[in-house]
Amino acid sequence: MSEVKKFLYVNRRAPYGTIYAWESLEVILIGAAFDQDVTLAFVDDGVFQLVKDHDTAGIGMKNFTPTYGALGDYDINKIYVEKESLEARGLTIDDLQHLIWEDEDEDWAEKDSIKVVTSSELAKLMGQQDVVLSF
Amino acid sequence: MKLSIQVNEGPYQHQASDSAFQFTKAAIEAGHDIFRVFFYHDGVNNGTRYTTPPQDDRHVVNNWSELSAAHDLDLVICVAAAQRRGLVDEGEAERNGKDGNNIAPGFRISGLGQLIEAGIQSDRLVVFGD
Repeated sequence: MSEVKKFLYVNRRAPYGTIYAWESLEVILIGAAFDQDVTLAFVDDGVFQLVKDHDTAGIGMKNFTPTYGALGDYDINKIYVEKESLEARGLTIDDLQHLIWEDEDEDWAEKDSIKVVTSSELAKLMGQQDVVLSF
Repeated sequence: MKLSIQVNEGPYQHQASDSAFQFTKAAIEAGHDIFRVFFYHDGVNNGTRYTTPPQDDRHVVNNWSELSAAHDLDLVICVAAAQRRGLVDEGEAERNGKDGNNIAPGFRISGLGQLIEAGIQSDRLVVFGD
């Protein structure tokens, strides 16, 4: 399996109301072992998945969101958040986890993984993918 | 064309499995190859043989099993999603100390890698669910 395809994972739902967000992250982590070209997108309520400092004690569920911090170690560093979705929910990039990756080609310089893009930029990005998995 | 199908919702609650079944059947009849059907999230519940719908309704699980038998379809249930939802085959029952198994004919339990592989190997991956 030497072929490299462009995989896009679209995360659209809030983190705890349903299991889609958590099971999406499970696919992303397993998929990382396949050395494909991986991009993540967070839109609609999916942007809440990346909000920092979740406290889930009151709902008796596991806070799985610290796992996003490990994505850089899995060479997953193209993470796009839709601008309109953030704005509609009163959020800015400062409300989100600071996700970074280390660039091997630049002496392991730390770089930001998250980019805020408009819906039309995101649409263009989707059009460039081979496989789109929507959660 | 080589196609793979992903089913993300359980039977009866949601039309996704019915639509996926109809699509898969039509694709086979049109001469396409189905590389794999992968069941994820509540979609794993499409693979329990304990499903007993009223007799005047379609049998979503048997539909898949029969299509698989007729066309040698690879029906794969995600192991992580299945463990959460109580879907077990013989091996899983033994590994997890369960007193029986409930997997329907034609289905097998395997890992998420099978979904990624389906995306890589197929010309199109078609996803059914919300």
